[in-house]
Amino acid sequence: MYIIVVGGGRVGFYLSKELLEAGHEIVVLEKNERRARQIADELGSIVLPRDGCEGKHLAEAGANRASIVAAVTGDDEDNMVICQMAKHHFQVPRTIARVNNPRNESLFRHLGVDEVISPTKMALGAIEQDIPVHEVLHLAQLGAGEMELLEAQIGPDSPAIGRQPADINLPEGCRLFVVLRGDEVMPLRPETVFRQGDKVLAVSRADCELDLRRQLIGDSPAAEASAAT
Amino acid sequence: MGCGRVGAGLAERMAREGHDVTILDLESSAFNRLEGDFPGQALRGDGTDEAVLRRAGTDGADMFFALTEGDNRNALAAQLASETFGVRRVVAKINDPVRAEAYTALGLATICRTRLLIDALARYGGMEPDPGADGVQPATAHHVHAEERRQAAIATGREGR
Repeated sequence: MYIIVVGGGRVGFYLSKELLEAGHEIVVLEKNERRARQIADELGSIVLPRDGCEGKHLAEAGANRASIVAAVTGDDEDNMVICQMAKHHFQVPRTIARVNNPRNESLFRHLGVDEVISPTKMALGAIEQDIPVHEVLHLAQLGAGEMELLEAQIGPDSPAIGRQPADINLPEGCRLFVVLRGDEVMPLRPETVFRQGDKVLAVSRADCELDLRRQLIGDSPAAEASAAT
Repeated sequence: MGCGRVGAGLAERMAREGHDVTILDLESSAFNRLEGDFPGQALRGDGTDEAVLRRAGTDGADMFFALTEGDNRNALAAQLASETFGVRRVVAKINDPVRAEAYTALGLATICRTRLLIDALARYGGMEPDPGADGVQPATAHHVHAEERRQAAIATGREGR
């Protein structure tokens, strides 16, 4: 496959290295000439010392025959422009953007970027698994990232304690399916009664997370604050 | 967004005409370009950050101008304003003529200083005016339509090569 990587920072460098080793045809666009030479010294003459945001440089790199353009610079705005130019101007079938501000993720998807990679969100996800500050853990993103696999822990103040699934009022986009109680894994049944300490797994659209939090964790100020971030 | 000479001048003029104006810049020193009695609001912050735009009142704004020196920052902020906040009249200053034209086809009204100046000077020199360089260029299409074109291109067989 012919792949254009824009941005020769650490991410771009190691990405290109791995892709080369996997046998793909790669061109790296790196606007800093010194950095471009360093990469060429390591990986061979696969580097163009050009700014990939400029249409003519993408053309020079052969964007109109590329199967993938990966925009992995440190600047969200550059990555967005690169993907939009690649996709809409050069009809590249698949565009991948690194996004640093997690809030830009949904905009990028809306604008037609095929794959959005958020190091910030990945690191945050890893940290949340270790330190359950939010009480709702993001375990995985499903599909194009619109759906998430979540884990909600029923604390002492949870309004769900003593209630059954039918009593929990959740929107369409959110489904509970498994309860982890101690070492037991229990599928959710109509007769299940929630207890303090239960961990409930849910698949939810991002916009339903607040409802899930309200129903299973409660309206504590901490929950509200973390939901707002 | 962007309190340079153009941003400051435009904000001054619109605020004096009685509009409710907020101007954003990364550097508070940029606000020195505003007159001491500027009747609008000046806010320090990054206009490519959705949270900052929200604080600036973009939700509910009638117009949004992205006028920083960075074409890509302007394109990102302008698309946040139009797509995320639903602002109806959005203009992005994009000085690279190729990118400016690409973005008018993706749904942004753009103004391209490079073409504007070339045209003004060429006309002064007696040349014919460039019709594509006259002021703000309205959007000619939207990225959703561009997506349809892309799907057509995929259908012709570039996917998965």
